[in-house]
Formats: sequence, C-alpha cells, structure tokens
Amino acid sequence: MNGIYLDHAATTPVHPEVARVYAELLTSSYGNASSIHGTGRAARKLLDDSRAQIARLIGARPEEIIFTGGGTESDNLAIFGTAEARSDEGRHIITTGIEHHAVLNACKRLGKRGFEVTWLPVNREGQISPDAVREALREDTILVTIMTANNEVGTIQPIREIGEILQGHPASFHTDAVQAFGEIPIEVGDLGIDLLSASAHKINGPKGIGFLYQKNGTKLTPPTSGGEQERKRRAGTENVPGIAAFAKAAEIAYESLAERHEQHESFKRIMTDALDEAGVEFRVNAGQAQTLPHILNLSFPGTDIESLLVNLDLAGVHVSSGSACTAGSIDPSHVLVAMYGEDAEELRNSVRFSFGYGLSEQDVRTAAEKTAATVRRLSGK
Amino acid sequence: MAMHKKPEDTRVVVGMSGGVDSSVTALLLKEQGYDVIGIFMKNWDDTDEFGVCTATEDYEDVIRVANQIGIPYYAVNFEKQYWDKVFTYFLDEYKAGRTPNPDVMCNKEIKFRAFLDHAMSLGADYLATGHYARVEHGEDESVMLRGVDDNKDQTYFLNQLSQDQLSKVMFPLGHLEKPEVRKIALEAGLATAEKKDSTGICFIGERNFKEFLSGYLPAQPGAMETMNGERMGTHDGLMYYTIGQRHGLGIGGAGDPWFVIGKDLKRNVLLVGQNFHNDALYSDSLKAVQVGFTSDVPKPETFRCTAKFRYRQPDTGVEVKLHGDGTATVTFDEPVRAITPGQAVVFYDGDICLGGGTIDEVYKNGSRLDYVG
Repeated sequence: MNGIYLDHAATTPVHPEVARVYAELLTSSYGNASSIHGTGRAARKLLDDSRAQIARLIGARPEEIIFTGGGTESDNLAIFGTAEARSDEGRHIITTGIEHHAVLNACKRLGKRGFEVTWLPVNREGQISPDAVREALREDTILVTIMTANNEVGTIQPIREIGEILQGHPASFHTDAVQAFGEIPIEVGDLGIDLLSASAHKINGPKGIGFLYQKNGTKLTPPTSGGEQERKRRAGTENVPGIAAFAKAAEIAYESLAERHEQHESFKRIMTDALDEAGVEFRVNAGQAQTLPHILNLSFPGTDIESLLVNLDLAGVHVSSGSACTAGSIDPSHVLVAMYGEDAEELRNSVRFSFGYGLSEQDVRTAAEKTAATVRRLSGK
Repeated sequence: MAMHKKPEDTRVVVGMSGGVDSSVTALLLKEQGYDVIGIFMKNWDDTDEFGVCTATEDYEDVIRVANQIGIPYYAVNFEKQYWDKVFTYFLDEYKAGRTPNPDVMCNKEIKFRAFLDHAMSLGADYLATGHYARVEHGEDESVMLRGVDDNKDQTYFLNQLSQDQLSKVMFPLGHLEKPEVRKIALEAGLATAEKKDSTGICFIGERNFKEFLSGYLPAQPGAMETMNGERMGTHDGLMYYTIGQRHGLGIGGAGDPWFVIGKDLKRNVLLVGQNFHNDALYSDSLKAVQVGFTSDVPKPETFRCTAKFRYRQPDTGVEVKLHGDGTATVTFDEPVRAITPGQAVVFYDGDICLGGGTIDEVYKNGSRLDYVG
C-alpha cells in the first residue's frame, strides 16, 4: 500500500518487537491458561506476568485487570455490567455527547431498557465541564461514563476533577481510555476511576485485545456467560499470545511516552506550519484545549469532506473524518455536532490527522504539502 | 471535446450501484487500461426499524466487485440534493395530476450534475455509468446514440443531457446486449454476476407503490365516470392512476375491458372508457416544455425526426416546431395512444438521440384534451 498513513487514531501498525513476541508465542505458548498441566501452567504464567505488567503501568492491582476482546467489549462490559449489577440501586446514567460509539450506543440501548441517560454537552473545544457533572448527578445515578480523551478531536477531559466530584457518591465512574492509554500517563487511583477501558491495537499491539480495569469492590455483572476465566468476569479461553503482545506494546508505549509526545507535538507544528506557509485557510477543531499529542483535527473552509478525503486518498494521504456510515458515505461526526451544532460548516470540512509509529518528519511534511495542494484546488484558491 | 490521452492517463469515475451493469462497466474500463475509480452514490435513506437499508447491501456488493477488479472505491451522499431536485419534483407532479419521470430528473440533476461535478473534483476525465446507450466523442461534439440492445436502450432517460454533460461521460455497455453483460460478469466471476436487476423507481424499490405514495400525499378517493358522465365506481386517489392503464379499476361485467382515459382534477373524477383502442385515448400532437438538445448546434425552427413518448415504445414519425422559449409543438404522423403529461418526449434521428422535453399538453384536431392533464 503506497501512501502516508496519518490515521493512527483509527488503528496502528503492530510494532516489530511486539510482532516478534506475538508470532513466537502463537506457536510456543499455545496452552490453555486454565489447564492443570505444564502446557497450561506456562500459558498461565505468561498471562499473570502480562496482567501484572499492565496493572503496574496504570497503578492498579493485577486482579483489577480483566482482559477482553478489545475496547468495545471493555466499554460494553463496564456499561452493561454496571447496569445489570446496580439497577436495584438506581437507573440513572450520565455520559457525554462525544463518546465513542461503543459507549454512545451502549447507553442508547440502556435508554430503551428503562434507564435514564443524561447526555452532557461539550463546549466548542470539545470539553465537558465538571460542573455539568455535578449538576446532573442524582441520588439514583449508578454510572458516570466519560471518555479520558476524545478520539476525533483529541480533547482531554477533566477526569480528575470529575473523579473528585464523585468522591462520596456511590455511582461507578467509568472512563473510556481507548484513545488515551499509552499516549498520556494515567494513574487510576489518582483520578478516582472505578472502571477504565483500553485497547491494544491503538498502541501498536494486535487487534482483538483489550482490558477493563475494575477497581476492587466495584460491582459488575458480566453480560456474557461461560467459563470462569478472568475471575468469572470474562468467559472464554484467554488469548494469551495476544495478551502478552498487548503487555509488550504497553511497555514500549510507556517507555517512549515522553519521546513520542515531543515527536507528535513537533509533527503537529510541521503540519500547521506547512499549511500556513502554503496560504491554506484552516482552523484547529479543539481550539486551545489540551489535546492528545497525536491527534490534529482541522477544518478547511471552502472544501467538502466527501471530495477532500477521496482526493487525499488518491494523493496517497490516508486520513479520516467523522465515522463511516454503513453505506460508506460520511455521516456528520456526532462529536463535531456536539461541539458546533447541526448546521456548522465544520461538519462538512473537517479532517483528522493522527500520528504514530513509523512516521518521519519528511512524511508529515509531504502529507502537509499534498493536503495544501488539494485544499487549494478544491477551495479554488 | 475529444480527449487524446492514453487510457492509463485517463481517470474515469464509474458510478457503481452494486448491480451487474455498473460492475461490468468498471471491469471493461479497467481491462482497457483506464485509471478507474468506483463510487457508490447514496441518494435515498430507506433504513427500516431494524436498521437495515438496501444501500448498505448494495454498497457491500460494490466493495466486493471493486476489490475483485482491483480499483479503489468510495461512496458519496446526495440524499439532500436528491430530495430537493428529484423527490420534490416527483411529488409536485403527482399533486398536479401528472405522471412524473424521476429517472429522467435523476439523470439530469443528480447523476450527470451533482455526481459528475464530484467526479470532476476528483480529477476525473470522464464519468462512466452502466446505461445502455452509446456516446461518441467526436472532434467537434459528442453524440449520444441508442444502445445496440433495442430492448434495453436507455437513451429515453438520458434525453436531458446537455452537450457539456455528454462530453464528459462514457457508456461502455452501449455496444453490448444485456445477456452479453451477464456473460462477461459470470466469466469474470464478479460477485454481482447473478444479482437480480433492480426494478421500478429507485427510492420505492420493491415496495408497494400505492402504499409508498400514500405516505407522502393524502389520497382522496372519488368517482370513476365514463366520458358521458356515467358513474362506474370509485377510485382510490387520482395519483394512483396513469393514462391508458387497465389494471386496478375493478370494473366488472361483460364486454371490452376498461381503461383510464383521463382525470378531472377539479371534480376529483377518474375518467374511464372501454376498449384498448378507445378513441379518446388517441391524440395527434402535444406541447412539450423544458425542451433541450444534446447538441449545441442550433436546430432549425421546424424539423422532422422520430420520437418516443414512453420507454420501450416504437418510434413515431413527428414534426417538431420550436417556439424559442424551451417549448415545442410535436405533431405526430399517426395518432398515438395514451400520451401522458409529465412523461418525456424524446427525439431521434436514426440512432442519434437528439434530446427531448416534458409532455405538458396533449391535442387532437387542434383542440387540447384537457382531460389527460
């Protein structure tokens, strides 16, 4: 595939070191971690080591990590698991209008099953206000689910402040950290989080692996039934090679956190400087808000996204926008709708650039030049 | 406008619907070495209560075929434009008691305007579709010809294309018969090779037309009468009937079958008469509006040619008199049955599709037949 891949927020290439570990374990450590024989015990050890390693990175205890089949499954386990476990205590849920579909649609579904959902608004920078959480909080609130950082515009949410507000309130606090994990440091104890979702494929690990952090004592009734793996919280034979590869990817991500942070901030500057130099008109969606370093969402007045994205693809710049609808055409991003309203031009002209493993400064510069040329042609400037 | 680029330097956007015709269109162009891009157009949202929409299924087929052929594929959404330009017109015509032709309007305003513009914004030299029609790009002008498959020829629906639009389109299937297209698809193993052809108007699909229309326009039942005022029964709403129609009248009894002769909008009465060849169904001239031609070379004020008044009808010899304001009087060599306002009248010179217009008024012996609309 020829092209410059600037869609690392969608998914990432597997890091070569992770791939090496993964490939080796696929054949060498095939045991079932629940088996009582030596082959099983070897897998079990690998599983426990991986669990401990990931737990350490977020300041959790190993038994608080539940491995899952990915970010969406983690979100679903947290939301439906809480709803089922705590519906006797209350049926009110607080979330935001900018959540990933894994949270958004899970909450919508609960809304149809007799739960009441409060959808918090965001400001034009894509940020929710902790005060809004305080105001929405009720006696019968059983779950507050707010993403750590947004996957489309990158805005980092005030998780710590929300955690403080929830101190002393019985509601479970879940955060979808799928986009943030491995990009910014997260200490669960420090943030007052009860449940946190993460995924391997966003941090150069394999697809199909995720985890849910569940603080000890947090009530959860898993929606799936089966074997007693993961302390009865996630049935199904553990994908040990995938989990070990996830741990490896997380380790690499954390070791390189500062270095990548700096590199991605510099990529952002290269991108915006090059567009400025080319005289292209653009605005940063998320404005001055603090964002994930690897996500840059830009609005290009005078362009139309359906033409812009295809042109960029044909020019070898692989980026994305909003979320693809089932029939392939682009539906307006619910995140941008929440930020700007239904009729804003940003809904029709915004592109997400996201950086990651394997990109060079030259790649970013080339992509910026191609983007500038395309935008200028389409906007007639 | 003739292009002299080599195929590999010529970018062609193919409008892919997920059907066999547009699949083979893309395949043929790819085999000829063009730089082919497949694009699916979503014009209508028919998502049902279970979240299922036919566009999703069709786009799945586009993806499979594009990957088989080895071309990039994308989708574009023209739901709003389609609603504004085609569906609104469609409802307005029914409200006015006429029988609209949304396919002609869709080609004119969506496929060969909004979609063509989109293709051009992607650096395309041409837009190709799976229509059964031919276009020849000459030195001076592009000419539209009937497809060689008489039974499938779709120039009737393309009559409103201007020279500018025509100069940017390709119809690779125009030289083929439908069975050959199926055969090519089968031999290439295309995922859509045996897919059933879509029928009817795109936004209605396989659904019941009456039911669909009643969701948008209030149906007003009324009387069914003969031309002499004899009451023959009731109708379900004038919009459900078209001139010359036999089925669905529910008039029993002995004798010749009954047909729709016309509509009296003021009284909300459906006029019916016996016999397929009922004299009241015949007319000898019409007035057309929105008359346009595929060539930019000016036409003489009066000229002879052949014409079609509905799809898949044999041509009739006519004389066309242009009035200079986009309207024309078309006089037929022989009386023609069931000319229907709202439908297209399309002009031909041999195989060349000259253009056409919308049938507005119908005449016999110099008098307007106001009962047909």
